[in-house]
Amino acid sequence: MSVRVSIVGASGYTGGELLRLLLDHPGVELAAASSRSLAGQPLHRVHPNLRARSDLLFTVPEEVPASDAIFLCMPHSHASREIDRWLDKAQTVIDLSADFRLRDPATYRAWYEEDHPAPARLASAVYGLPELHRHAMRSGSEPARLISGVGCNATAMNLALLPLARAGLIERAICDIKVGSSEAGAEPSAGSHHPERAGAVRSYAPVGHRHAAEVTQELGEFPLDVSITSIEMVRGVLCTAHIFPTRHVEMKDLWKAYRAAYAAEPFVRLVAEKSGLHRLPDPKILAGSNYADVGFDIDPRSGRIVALCAIDNLMKGAAGSAVQCMNIARGLDEPAGLGFPGLHPC
Amino acid sequence: MSAPTPTATSQPITSPCPECEGPVRFDRPPLAGQVARCTDCGVELEVTSTSPLTLALAPEVEEDWGE
Repeated sequence: MSVRVSIVGASGYTGGELLRLLLDHPGVELAAASSRSLAGQPLHRVHPNLRARSDLLFTVPEEVPASDAIFLCMPHSHASREIDRWLDKAQTVIDLSADFRLRDPATYRAWYEEDHPAPARLASAVYGLPELHRHAMRSGSEPARLISGVGCNATAMNLALLPLARAGLIERAICDIKVGSSEAGAEPSAGSHHPERAGAVRSYAPVGHRHAAEVTQELGEFPLDVSITSIEMVRGVLCTAHIFPTRHVEMKDLWKAYRAAYAAEPFVRLVAEKSGLHRLPDPKILAGSNYADVGFDIDPRSGRIVALCAIDNLMKGAAGSAVQCMNIARGLDEPAGLGFPGLHPC
Repeated sequence: MSAPTPTATSQPITSPCPECEGPVRFDRPPLAGQVARCTDCGVELEVTSTSPLTLALAPEVEEDWGE
């Protein structure tokens, strides 16, 4: 039997990716896609790749029907203000915003500079990274009620660092992250204006990016510094993490740690070859794919470990990961609807 | 008793990669001097002994990435 799903706030980029994935999902019936500003208009008005793929029209949020699962793709703090309403409409709510990622209200206040509108919900929300919380997304036959989305930059950092954190190898980590323009969303701004954005190598968050809080929450306390740079790319994140290790390790040790963490993961691939053009992760080949490619190397002179993770920010960093979470929560085949491997060349 | 001699119809033969310890698979009994590649870390390997099966890193050819 199909899982009946709806998307609230489906006009943005993550909403468009969810539509693309769910319209072709073998276990899903798409009940509604809401957009207040586009109500009554076809999906392809803002998602031209979906032309002739569905007769569905955007609806207003008030007309979203009761569903098995509802995806929320709303601006910051909207989901947390309306969460009770959506939990009444669906057994499982997956919120792609940052509203339910941090479990501690004080941590939320420290990073977002405001009190959380629904702090009682934070502790029970499952952080939506299957590689860490798959078992909390479905308990027996019971799906989780509320699953958060994940920060795209946080996902790249978490997946790059997770095996090293589990192995107790991180004395200190510095994450240098390159990102594409779609991270800024579908709303235009002065910074996304073509003459300003094209060709940019713009250090937009040299310190203090909020996604660092998600890494500390998920991987534990260690000194972590994060710098983020916008580069000439539409989709994609590449995290290059520099790790100063607690002890000397060799490549065999890293292979062991990364295999232990990811050998059974359907969407994490180890890319750490000694030769060839594609020997380390590159987000270019992951556009549209839910894969996270993870690689590593060691500087033999200093012992510094370099860990890399490449993802498509709209997929493994947002919509793809959310569908993977839904599949787990609803008891569907975990990779269902997520088989696209990306394009090469592209 | 000596170990059975692998044949082309037996199970694939594997040996750990000396670089990453991943399983390097041979569908046919390998020959001394045969070159193989580790599918995990991508290094080129040479069969230095068949009994016991032993692999060593093959000499690398330097790459020019044009940069």
